[in-house]
Amino acid sequence: MSLEMFVQHLCNATTLGSLYALTAIGYTMVYGILRLINFAHGDIFMLGAYFVFFGGALFALPWGVAVIGAIILSTACGIMVDRVAYRPLRDAPRISALISSIGVSFLIENLAIVIFTAIPRPVHQPEWLSQVFLVGGVRILSLTLVVPAISFLLVAGLLWIVYKTKPGLAMRAISKDIETTRLMGVSVDKIIALTFGLGSALAAASGIMWALRYPQINPLMGIFPGFKAFIAAVLGGIGSIQGALIGGLLLGFIEILVVAFLPALSGYKDAFAFVLLIVILLIKPTGLMGEKLEEKV
Amino acid sequence: MTERVSVLETKNLVMRFGGLTAVNDFSISVPEGSIVGLIGPNGAGKTTAFNMITGFYRPTEGQVIFQGQDITGLPPHEVCRAGIARTFQNIRLFGNESVLQNVMIACQVRQKLPWWHAPLFLPGYFREEKEIREKSLALLDAVNLRSHADERAPSLPYGAQRRLEIARALATEPKFLLLDEPAAGMNPQESIELMDFIRSIRQRFNLTILLIEHDMKVVMGVCQYIWVLDYGVRIAEGTPEDIRSNPKVIEAYLGEEALEHA
Amino acid sequence: MNRTRDTILSLLLLGALGAFLWWADGHLDKYQIQVLNVVAINIILAVSLNLIYGFTGLFSLGHAGFMLVGAYVCAILILPASQKAATFILQPMMWPFSVMNAPFIVAVLAGGVVAAVFGFLIAFPVLRLGGDYLGIASLGFAEILRVVANNIVPITNGALGLKGIPKEANLWWNYGWCAVTLVVIARLINSNAGNVLKAIRDDEVAAKAMGIDVFRWKLISFTLGAFFAGVGGALLGSLLTTISPKMFTFLLTFNVLMIVVAGGLGSITGTVISGVFITILMEWLRFVEAPMHIGTMTIPGIPGMRMVVFSLALLCIILFRREGIMGMREWSWSGLFGLFGKRGEAR
Repeated sequence: MSLEMFVQHLCNATTLGSLYALTAIGYTMVYGILRLINFAHGDIFMLGAYFVFFGGALFALPWGVAVIGAIILSTACGIMVDRVAYRPLRDAPRISALISSIGVSFLIENLAIVIFTAIPRPVHQPEWLSQVFLVGGVRILSLTLVVPAISFLLVAGLLWIVYKTKPGLAMRAISKDIETTRLMGVSVDKIIALTFGLGSALAAASGIMWALRYPQINPLMGIFPGFKAFIAAVLGGIGSIQGALIGGLLLGFIEILVVAFLPALSGYKDAFAFVLLIVILLIKPTGLMGEKLEEKV
Repeated sequence: MTERVSVLETKNLVMRFGGLTAVNDFSISVPEGSIVGLIGPNGAGKTTAFNMITGFYRPTEGQVIFQGQDITGLPPHEVCRAGIARTFQNIRLFGNESVLQNVMIACQVRQKLPWWHAPLFLPGYFREEKEIREKSLALLDAVNLRSHADERAPSLPYGAQRRLEIARALATEPKFLLLDEPAAGMNPQESIELMDFIRSIRQRFNLTILLIEHDMKVVMGVCQYIWVLDYGVRIAEGTPEDIRSNPKVIEAYLGEEALEHA
Repeated sequence: MNRTRDTILSLLLLGALGAFLWWADGHLDKYQIQVLNVVAINIILAVSLNLIYGFTGLFSLGHAGFMLVGAYVCAILILPASQKAATFILQPMMWPFSVMNAPFIVAVLAGGVVAAVFGFLIAFPVLRLGGDYLGIASLGFAEILRVVANNIVPITNGALGLKGIPKEANLWWNYGWCAVTLVVIARLINSNAGNVLKAIRDDEVAAKAMGIDVFRWKLISFTLGAFFAGVGGALLGSLLTTISPKMFTFLLTFNVLMIVVAGGLGSITGTVISGVFITILMEWLRFVEAPMHIGTMTIPGIPGMRMVVFSLALLCIILFRREGIMGMREWSWSGLFGLFGKRGEAR
């Protein structure tokens, strides 16, 4: 493999990895607080992409406005999903909320098919994303630099909220002990809504960048990135934001580099993540950065 | 206490969770056929000791010897099969099952025919199951719950749930029974009945019983020998009379309501 | 006595069902018979998932994977050699698969057995996990199986799938297997072995303390469930005459899960009732997606609407009636006559 190829693979891996990481954060934050695998998260990712598409194509909004509008709409959707499908089940067995999330996921996907139709739509890439740079003889698409950079900024903003603000403190407190935090006078439902909102905003941003990278969208585009981002969260240690970042990047690198070095396995690409999931659950179920939970007798 | 054969012996059991030592150097020897007690303030490590004996925790160090055999580190179901049964501090019945089913489930460990005889309609399985049902009903008789056999377990009053848990433990045909706070939540009258009940099942099922209890009346009334734990360490042992007058024990319990009862 | 009355009534009901099938076989149109067939297969699938999830408490999302295995094994065994040669256009089929052949009953059994073997092997890693992790890991295995089926072209014909599978799964086979599934699982559940499974579902720690080898029993339940899922998949493949990896996505598991949840986790009769009801509802909803002609007017169909209604229905059940139609109760004659409000389960 030539050096140029290798560098390009690395760029692709970083791009893919940062998209997984952005999406994984939403899974990990919700799981950290509610112990719920939010199956609908991947669909928020899809909605983000569709909202931008319709903002641009239908209402001829400027690109930046469409993106911000789409993120706000998706955030609202994420909060609404929590309000309608999960909040009534807070005191129910955990699996009930999980089944509810599977139901919501299928509902959003099929509503999207009804409203947007199942036909995949091409996405128009703004010019500044499709420019090619020559760096030391290596051709690099500007998109592969912009995506990790934006992801980095978004994650930095999120970490600031989680670690430097009061709602962030409440969030961390809830993930340690929801009942005690409630007794401290924190409005738990609001903080949970905020968590869903932040996670959804990141998922929408990730979905939009995903759509730009594979310039195409369809109502089922969120399923596989969603699964994989969840796996990335487990890989990094579910409940840990840093873990989600590491897990996302790692998964991106594994997917791209295995296929790069062993092209014979390219048909099995979609199975890597699941194999990785099962391996990690067996050797270190708490993930790379996770805390250990004791079984109580 | 050394003249009789000891049925259960623990040798220097240690249990550490990370940096915390929950139980340290825990050695007891329980003579066959006796009723003995393990007491101590909350968080002293009593339940942890139970969990090590019954296989729920693997001790960091030390050994558990049951009827001359080393059972350290066996999984809980094999410990049960070997003849040790237990109840739980916070009652753990099978909540969606009837009272009778709760007891029948515990009979499975002594069931001889494998499961696949059931879907194949083999007559032997029906016969064995009939025996199990009769045995379970007899056990329910022994704990005075037969008339409630078809009710759901959680619908029973608290004291009855405790008795059902004991009946369920007896269904595994144990030699050795561990009771974790059997009198918790009982009124004085119920506690007195419980003492008689514990003595009667010891007699009737030829058991050795080790119990954890906070109710000093029960402990002093029913136990022949007592060990006292505090902060995971054994601070005293002896007959109820010895324990009652032991200054260390009084100190450990100082300020606790248990002192008044003692 | 009530017992004799119940037996007589049950036999009468069975007889009526048999007569109905016999009548349906001759009088209903092809489409209606197809729906009846799918009802039977869905009951097989849902009852087997209920054994795993409702009765043993193992939240498994791997049903589509077991169905895939069952469907492929059965199809490979009943496809005639000439049809195989015609179907495998990308790569010729690998020997000995290209010449294998077996009667339908053997093929279905083999589908079940191979699915059970997969279930058994998958259980070792997966059953060490609990709750939602078990769900996601079993879902992972199902997806892996699907990707593998897509790639081992000389055996499965890859993404093109298998076509022209002989349609041997008629009403009698499907309802016969459905009866076998129901009898085996009901008998198991109502025996003391079934009590043990329910004990594991209710409180694993207490079950261990009562001498129950929890892992072994979970393994039994999971493997048996996988067997019947394989049987269901085998019958479905033969009924539809074409299979491809695309068929066996998470959506398929979701459909089965929906039937189980709607019927009541831990209720076999509930699963049967909801299996009939939901299958027919799903078929009926197809009309929503097809264009409608009223006189000269044509209202275009709405693709996706069927699944929208379906997922909304699941959401309503989980939000407003979490215990489903039957909860953990079983339907019984005495319950029907309103003689007792007693649970039929504790026989």
